[in-house]
Formats: sequence, C-alpha cells, structure tokens
Amino acid sequence: MYLTIYDFSGFFQSINDWLISTFSEPLASIIGYTLIGVSAIAFIAFLGLSLVYAERKVAAWFQLRIGPNRVGFQGVMQTVADITKLIMKEPLTAGSSDKFLYNLAPFIMMLAPFIVISALPFAKGIQVMDLNVGVLFVTAVSSIGVLGILLAGWSSNNKYSLIGAMRSGAQIVSYELSAGLSIMVIIIFSGSLQFGDIIESQANGWWIFKGHIPVWIAFIIFLIAGTAETNRGPFDLAEAESELTAGFHTEYSGIKFAFFFLAEYVNLFIIVTIAATLFLGGWMPLHIGDWEAFNSIADMIPSVIWFIGKVTFLILLLMWFRWTFPRLRIDQILTLEWKYLLPISLINLVFAAFITLMGWHF
Amino acid sequence: MSEIGKYFKGIFSGLKTLYQGMTVTGYYFRNARKEIITQQYPDNKATLRMYDRFRGIVVLKHDENNLHACTGCSACEIACPNGSIEIIAPRLEDPETGKKKKVINQFVYYYSMCTLCNLCILSCPTDAIIMDQTFEHAVYDRSLLTQILNKPGSKLDPNVKE
Repeated sequence: MYLTIYDFSGFFQSINDWLISTFSEPLASIIGYTLIGVSAIAFIAFLGLSLVYAERKVAAWFQLRIGPNRVGFQGVMQTVADITKLIMKEPLTAGSSDKFLYNLAPFIMMLAPFIVISALPFAKGIQVMDLNVGVLFVTAVSSIGVLGILLAGWSSNNKYSLIGAMRSGAQIVSYELSAGLSIMVIIIFSGSLQFGDIIESQANGWWIFKGHIPVWIAFIIFLIAGTAETNRGPFDLAEAESELTAGFHTEYSGIKFAFFFLAEYVNLFIIVTIAATLFLGGWMPLHIGDWEAFNSIADMIPSVIWFIGKVTFLILLLMWFRWTFPRLRIDQILTLEWKYLLPISLINLVFAAFITLMGWHF
Repeated sequence: MSEIGKYFKGIFSGLKTLYQGMTVTGYYFRNARKEIITQQYPDNKATLRMYDRFRGIVVLKHDENNLHACTGCSACEIACPNGSIEIIAPRLEDPETGKKKKVINQFVYYYSMCTLCNLCILSCPTDAIIMDQTFEHAVYDRSLLTQILNKPGSKLDPNVKE
C-alpha cells in the first residue's frame, strides 16, 4: 500500500526478464547469480573500506584528534592505501602451524558475512532472497564466524593466539544466547521469521515505539550482545595488545590479516542491520499509526535513505560505545552475560509474550 | 531483599555511569573540530612552540660577545648518571693574578648516551647550560652525536662569580 515510487523490485525484475529473453535458461541463471555475487563482493569491499575509514575518523573526533587527513580529501583514500599495502605484503604462513587450517581460517571468517548478507533487506526490492526463516538463518549462519576465529587461534600454534581465540569463542557463544533471546521478542510481536513480514508489520510504527518496554529492554540487550559478538570494544579482549598481542590473528599478515580486519567491520554492519531491521523498521519510513498525511510525507524519502540513515545512526552509537566505555576482564564479561543479560532477557521474553497475549502493544 | 536490591541497583548505577561517560565523549565528538589538541607537526613548523618544560638537548649558553658562564667546575659531569658529559679543563695560570685556575678547553657532550634527565642543568652553579627546545636531532652518522658545546674562541664571562 505504501512506497510504490521507490520500489526496486520492478527494476531487478526487468533485468531478469531481459536476461531470460536474451540468453538460454541456464546461461541466464548463471549470469544472474554472477551479477549478484559480484555486487555482493563489491558491496562488502566498499563497506569494509568505508567503515574502517569512518571508525578511524570517528575515533579521532572522540579523542579530540583529526584522524587520517593526508591521502585524498580529508584522508578518504587512507583505507584504500592501507588495503593496497596489505595486498602487496607477503602472506606469511607460520612455520610450525597447521598449514591447511591456518590458510582456511580467514576464508571461513569471510564466508559468514557473505552468506548472511544475502538474506538482509537493504531497501524495498533490494534483497537477494527473502527466506521465510530469514531471522533464524541469519543468526545461525553468522555463528560460523566464531569457527574461523577458533581455527585461526588453534592452527597458529601460538599460546597467545589460542588464548585469544578461546576468549573470543567463549564470549561469542555466550552472547549469542541473549542476542537470540532479544530477537525472539520481536518475533513474538511480529509473528514471523521472515524479514519481509517483520518490516511489513512495522508499517504503522516501528517496533521500538509500538512494543514499548519489552522492546526497549530487548534493544539495549541486543546492542550489548551485538557489540560483544563482533568483538568490538568494550568487549575487545580477544585482541588485548598488552597481554595477548593481537589475539587470534597474531600470526597473520598481508591479505589474510585484511580478511580478519574486514570481517570484523562487515560483522558490525550485519549486527547493526539486524538491529535496524527488527527494532527500527529496516527500510520502512517512520509511520505513526493512521496519520495518512504524515505517513505519505515520510514516504517521499526513498526507503534506501531511511535504511542508510538508521544503519549510520546505530554504527555511530556502537562506535560511541567503543571509544567511551572501559574494557572488561574475561570474568566480568561472562558475569555480565550469565548473571545479568541472560536472566533479564529470559524474563523479558516472558513479559513480551504476556504483553502480546493481552494485546497491550500498539 | 537486600541482595536483590543490590542487583538492580548495580544495573541502574551501571547504566547511569555509562551514560555519564557517553555525555563526556559526546561533547568531545560534537566539538572535535574546534578543540583539536594534537599538532599538525610538519605543516606548522613555522608556528610550532614547545612548552617551557620541554627537554630537547643540552646547550651551553653564549651571549653576543661569545662569552659563556661555564667555569669548568665539572659539577655536571659528576651529576650525570651515564657519563654523557666530559669536561676537558686544564688548570692554567691566570696572567693577571698569577693564580692557577680551571679554564674549559672542550665541553664534550655525548648526545647518544644522554637520557635528557635534567640533572646537569640542576647541578650547574652558574646556570651555564640549559635544555634547548629543538627536537629534530636525527643525524646520518653516529659520530655527529658527539658535540663540543663551547664555541671556538669563546671565553668565560668575567661577571660570573665562581
């Protein structure tokens, strides 16, 4: 009923029709898949570069510095230069490492974001596939990343790497519980696991407004758990320089290190996209109930702009967390999860179910 | 009850203090363009001013008549913890009074060994040496780090009381 002018699905449908009419059926599908894959790779590369630049610049501003300002205008080409340097460096393989697993780990690390990004909705009509269990798929596949971390730490044959990987694994496995439980709150409210349905259910208001208290609690818990899952500060003790050097990627250099580095930022984007989609309506413009005039004005802004705006806001929030909060010890991290977040999110889940049962949400 | 109270109190005080921290860094973020505290070093070479406390390198002060205040007492050489000062000052006969008196020949300073600890400056009874504020001391040869601090032909300032 909304958003007919900025719908991208017609555009992609016409490309698909043209491919099918021009080429034979198998060739058309192959070309179609290749186009999707190439655009996904290009998008992830662009995302990694721009997020690393944004992180450095934002971190600098939080610390009253200027940040990168030499390469290009305001240093925008800094990350391109960094990646070029990393590509040209020698990808060392540590002598006494488990060669096969050591070289496999960075690819597993990058695999998870590549698969997850196929299920995420970016704008109306821009989504590779709208699975009917999309949320479950994303939460399940994104935990492949921890396998890459554990493999990297184990195969490096280095004490620091192993300890860093174990910490990271313990942290990610723990925090996935409360992240999953806070996602469950939205699933209870919207009654669907499909991203398309969840976004459609927010057409008369985002869940963060409609669902009030349980959704606020779930949103805060999801942000905390998401920060921990991406190994960002204040939960970045897998890469504690003073005690573990660089943690699980100590032994990696060149492009293999770049994979770990990029995967961290793509994971940040994925967590933020899930948060924006479930709690802030994804690409859905700000609609308030049945205020037709207001809703149609909000619809004038393209859905992709809404999506980028929400994602940028949440990324900035997580960067703000990273450069403000003090780091936690490993025991404090596990205490926070098992003694605070998990009980609260369990009770919150029951509370949300009760509210849905009584119909007390909007 | 007290345990449960403590549990929730901990949560809320934690959230409150985190919020306070975020207001501080949020202020920095909003005003970062105005209140940059870092120096744009190679660009602002002309206007760069170091702080008075900055310890760059030891120099022997000379005035416009090529006079310095070093009496050759070797207090700095004794005070130096790692032997980076060596004063070569033979006792020479003063032509006017006929008394034997130390006159510095060479004030040798090994910058390669100096830790810039400031003890020589503090020990100097006549304030002849000071810490300079320059800091670009990289050289291409190690021998260039050994310097003679008294300029050729310089003399002791006659006003300096020994």
